[in-house]
This record gives sequence, C-alpha cells and structure tokens, in this order.
Amino acid sequence: MTSKLDHTFATLRQRGEKALIAYVMAGDPSLQDTEQLVVELEQAGADIIELGVPFSDPIADGPVIQQAAERALRSGTSLRTILSMVTRLRARTQIPLILMAYYNNIHAFGPERFCHEAAQAGVDGVIMPDMPPDEAGPLRGPAAAAGLPLIFLLAPTSTEERRTFVARQSQGFVYYVSLTGITGAKLHNMADVAKNVEKIRKVTRVPVAVGFGVATPEDAAKVAAIADGVIVGSAIVKQIAAYGQKPEMVKHVAGFVRSLKAAMRAAQSKPR
Amino acid sequence: MGSVPTKQGRFGLYGGRYVPETLMPALLELEKEYSSAKKDRRFQSELAYYLKHYVGRPTSLYFAQRLTKRLGGAKIYLKREDLCHTGAHKINNAIGQGLLAQRMKKLRIIAETGAGQHGVATATVAAMFGLQCEVYMGTEDMQRQALNVFRMRLLGSTVTGVDAGSRTLKDAISEAMRDWTTNIRTTHYILGSVLGAHPYPMMIRDFQSIIGRETRRQILAAEGRLPDCLIACVGGGSNAIGLFHAFIRDKKVKMVGVEAGGLGVASGKHAARFAGGKPGVLQGTMTYLLQGDDGQVNLTHSVSAGLDYAAIGPEHSYLRDQGRAEYTSVTDDEAMAAFDLLAREEGIMPALESAHAIAYTVKVAPTMKKNQLLVVNLSGRGDKDVQQIANMRGITL
Repeated sequence: MTSKLDHTFATLRQRGEKALIAYVMAGDPSLQDTEQLVVELEQAGADIIELGVPFSDPIADGPVIQQAAERALRSGTSLRTILSMVTRLRARTQIPLILMAYYNNIHAFGPERFCHEAAQAGVDGVIMPDMPPDEAGPLRGPAAAAGLPLIFLLAPTSTEERRTFVARQSQGFVYYVSLTGITGAKLHNMADVAKNVEKIRKVTRVPVAVGFGVATPEDAAKVAAIADGVIVGSAIVKQIAAYGQKPEMVKHVAGFVRSLKAAMRAAQSKPR
Repeated sequence: MGSVPTKQGRFGLYGGRYVPETLMPALLELEKEYSSAKKDRRFQSELAYYLKHYVGRPTSLYFAQRLTKRLGGAKIYLKREDLCHTGAHKINNAIGQGLLAQRMKKLRIIAETGAGQHGVATATVAAMFGLQCEVYMGTEDMQRQALNVFRMRLLGSTVTGVDAGSRTLKDAISEAMRDWTTNIRTTHYILGSVLGAHPYPMMIRDFQSIIGRETRRQILAAEGRLPDCLIACVGGGSNAIGLFHAFIRDKKVKMVGVEAGGLGVASGKHAARFAGGKPGVLQGTMTYLLQGDDGQVNLTHSVSAGLDYAAIGPEHSYLRDQGRAEYTSVTDDEAMAAFDLLAREEGIMPALESAHAIAYTVKVAPTMKKNQLLVVNLSGRGDKDVQQIANMRGITL
C-alpha cells in the first residue's frame, strides 16, 4: 500500500529535502484558527501537519502542550469536530494530515468507526503516544481496511529487540523520540540521536522522523542532517499561545515555520 | 476463572500496557525483575522480615463486639491495617517495591499520593533504605491532607505540588509518569495502587495479598470457618484486592467493594466508576473509567482524597464482569457518620477511605443473620483526617 505519506517522503527525497512536520493542537485557540493555520503553514513550507487531538490527561506531554489541550477543550474541540475540520480542509489543501491522539479518545469514538471516518475525512496517518504496537491489535484490522497508516514511536530507551519490533510495524514513518522525557524538553545530545536514527535505519526502510525538543531553526537544521523528517511541536504551540486570538497570530506562526524550513534547506544544500 | 493476569497483563478485557514507548523497556525490565524476585527465597525472606519487624505484621483481626451489637446482625471483624507502621496498608507495597528498586540499583524513587498515605509510606521506606524520594501530590489534596505533606517532608522527601486538571490523585499520577519518563534510567516509580500498566496491578496485588492470607488464617483460628462476606473500600483498589485475593476461589465468600459516592451518584459529583463509568484507557491501563462521551476524563469528587480517582484497578473491572465481586457506593455523609460511629463505639478512628467500608457495613450487617461473619478491611487510621473533619465542622484547632 502506497500512502500519501510515502509519496511525500519520496518526492522530498528526489528534491534533496527533508520533511518539516509541524504540530499544532487542533482547536487551540479555536478550530477556525487551526484550519487557517494548516493552510498558511503549508504555504510557509511545512510538508506534513500533525494535528493534536486534545485529551484531558496527556501523560507524554510537557506543560506547553498540556495547556494547549486545555485551551482546545475549552473551545469545545472533540475528535468529531476535528474530523469535520479535516473534511473542510480537504477542499483547500492536500497536505498530509496526521492525527496525534491519546488512545482513550479513539476508544471512546470506537476504533473501527474512527479508522473509517478518519480515512474518509482525509486523515493520512495516526500517532498515539500511549499506544505501543503491543496493544494495537484491535486497531490494526480496521486501520488496514481503511488504508490509514499507524505510526509508532521509538525512544532512546528502546532495546534492539523493540527497535526491530516497533520499526517493522510502523507505517508512513517511524517517530523517533529524541530524548528520554516529555514534549518540550530540551534536546542536548545530537550525537546520540544520530546514532539511534542509524540503528533504526538498519531495521526498516520506512523514513525516520525525529521529534521532542526540536525548538529552533538551528535544532531543525541539525536534525534534518540526520533524519528524514523533523517534527516541531511545543515551539510552534508556544508561538500560538503567545499571540492567542490576536489577528496577527497566523502570520507570526507562519513566519516561524518559514524560518524552520529555511534553516533545513540551507543545511541540506551544504555539502556534508 | 483462570489465573490472571495473562503474560500481556490482561485481566479479561482489562489491564494491558498503554504507555509511551520510553517506558516500555522499563516496564518489561520491572516485570522480569519482579518475577525473578518472586521466586527468590532471599528476596521473600527479606520482605517477610521487614513486614514483621518494621511494619508490625501480622495485623490483628479484631472482633468489633460493640459495633456488632449496635448493628444487631452479622458478627463484624475488622482487619486492622490501620495498625501498620505509618497508619495504613500502603506500606506493604512500598516495602516490596523499595526492595525491588534496590535490586534494580535504582537509587531514586518517586511516588504519587492522594490522601498522602502512600506518599508517607514511600517516604518512610525511602528513609529506611537510604533512597532519594520525590512525591507528587495534587495541590487540592495537599490542602486537605496538610499533615501528611509535613510528615513526608519530616521524613526527608521532596513533595512536589501538581497544579493541573483537578489537582488531585489523577494529576499526581500523570506528573509522576512524566518524571519517570524523564528519569527512567535512575528512577523507580513506586505506584501506590493496583493501577497503571502491567506489571503494576499484578505486582501490587501480590504485595497486598498478605492482608487476605492473614485474614483467612485468623478467621479460621477464631471461628473455624470462612467469612460470609468481605468488605473493603475501593479507590484504585489495592486494599480491597489485598483482602479479596486469598478468597477468590472460595466461591461462598461474598466480596463487596465500596466506591466513593461523593454527593450522590445522581449529582455527578462522585467517584463511583461502576455506577457512572464505562471501559476506557487512563494512565496505562484499560478499565472502568468516569469519562464523557468523547473520552475526556471526568472530574471526580469525594470527601476522601484516597478514593477520589476516575478509574479503578483493572482486576476489579474483571472481578465485576465475572460476577465474583460486587461493587456499591456510599456518600460522603454516610462515610462521615460511619467515622463517628466507629470512633464512639469501638474507640477506633478510621481513615475517611476506610469509613466508606464501615458505612456499607452499617447498611448490610443488620440484614444478615447473627451467626454470619463479616470481615471489613480497616485499611487506614483517621489521624490524618482530623484536621479536615474539624474544618468541615467549622472548628479551629
């Protein structure tokens, strides 16, 4: 099965570029803003958008994304309204959209119904931070039937056995968590990240994207040098929070994303 | 009913390991280490040594003569976990996991706490074993259990307030999980109840099952037969599963778990998961959960911080599905009345958590015959709640 994610990574590879995966919390500060952000961030150079589904108890997230989830929940966001937004967005853009959702939201929606409706709406993949492939059994069948890639995560603590196990089940790309910690922590050991990305490449041909702790254009450039994709979350969410409902929010966040992509491109054009 | 959990940590539909990948290797390591410790005679004899000489086990099974007479029905026995060192059953598990932490050479331990009893037990064990300890506690709970906060600090632990969500037990667990994710290489997380990802619900049940093993022996010695009914309060459910476990195969022994009914189940302000919840995933495990239609976890309410939690241990969900245990709830007011009753009839102040079990006893004992036997797990003592009760009654101490 060739998914839209596969296509995006292949196209970028031909152009000698790496994927910039921009995370926004859906519904922060409102779904209307999110819709506008997706369109503008694509213009600014994002290759894939990761839409956070707000959950009341996000155990893998640091304070920045926790607070974004609280704002999104206050604005009345749910998985159902997010899928409606994706449907609307598909009239405006074909950028790959991935949902990042804690499993309980999917469980409550109904795993089968979720896979079907998400694919129908135009979602291109799902990441669940609290769902290792060990527990993904009930989702696998419905996801395959709907053609919805399940993206799994690896961490610095993953053993060789788990690296093989997880990487082989991940579709679209492997999400490598750059640090032992939560989202928004500080990334300091790039050499370790590079080593681990290499180890993952040995067991899978699926692209490897690196997230957690990528905060600045400099970080993004460094990660782009070693991975196929660069995931930026908390740093973007922080900018959204800083401007909130002010009219210049979208323009400002787009500017930040543009600077990330520019740094990644500059790093790629330099001989290694 | 076969033996649970399965190798994957499943109790029927419930349990499992719904955690970030960063934690998976640590859970697998913990499972391996625990299963080798379980078979290790030296570990078991060390555990038995501390339970006897440090905790003060066995705790007594006390015939509550005046309460029995007052209620006029079944003969009531109290399993006196309130007499454990630190004042509650929580230390049975804290000692076990403290020994495991040392075995894994993890010299920093963390814990969450609701009522503060598990936090105090962990802080105590940390002091005794010379481990560094940090306890996470919701700021709402820190206020209602100020005495326990100070106790933990006196024992040399750091208490870190959690100001997210409902600022209670649930949020303390999330924060402890985040700490563990960050410091996984140096730190062991001593979870306090039969919650979380496998192997925690199984391991903590095993450490607490000494309650039921002693009770079985003691009631046979006192009465020559098994009890008709066991009663325990259920927050996460570790004291209840600890009492029930040794009796699971004795089908004639009825088992009742008492949840926190708060202001009444109809009010929506409660923590009665079986009355108002449905299966879902929270903090690593699939179990009954108080949640909205879209899967957001509901805020809970109980006068008792230790029962004020949106999910219940997965094995309880299983026992309920199997029809092996029953679950009910009592309100804040009923628990408060039971506190007074036990204090005045027996000279024992129960923890507000345990007062829920007493409150149900007040309802059920009179409906039973005089030759029937009831065992109530008095999981903790009420000293920690005195300040809160005074405040609720408008009394300044």
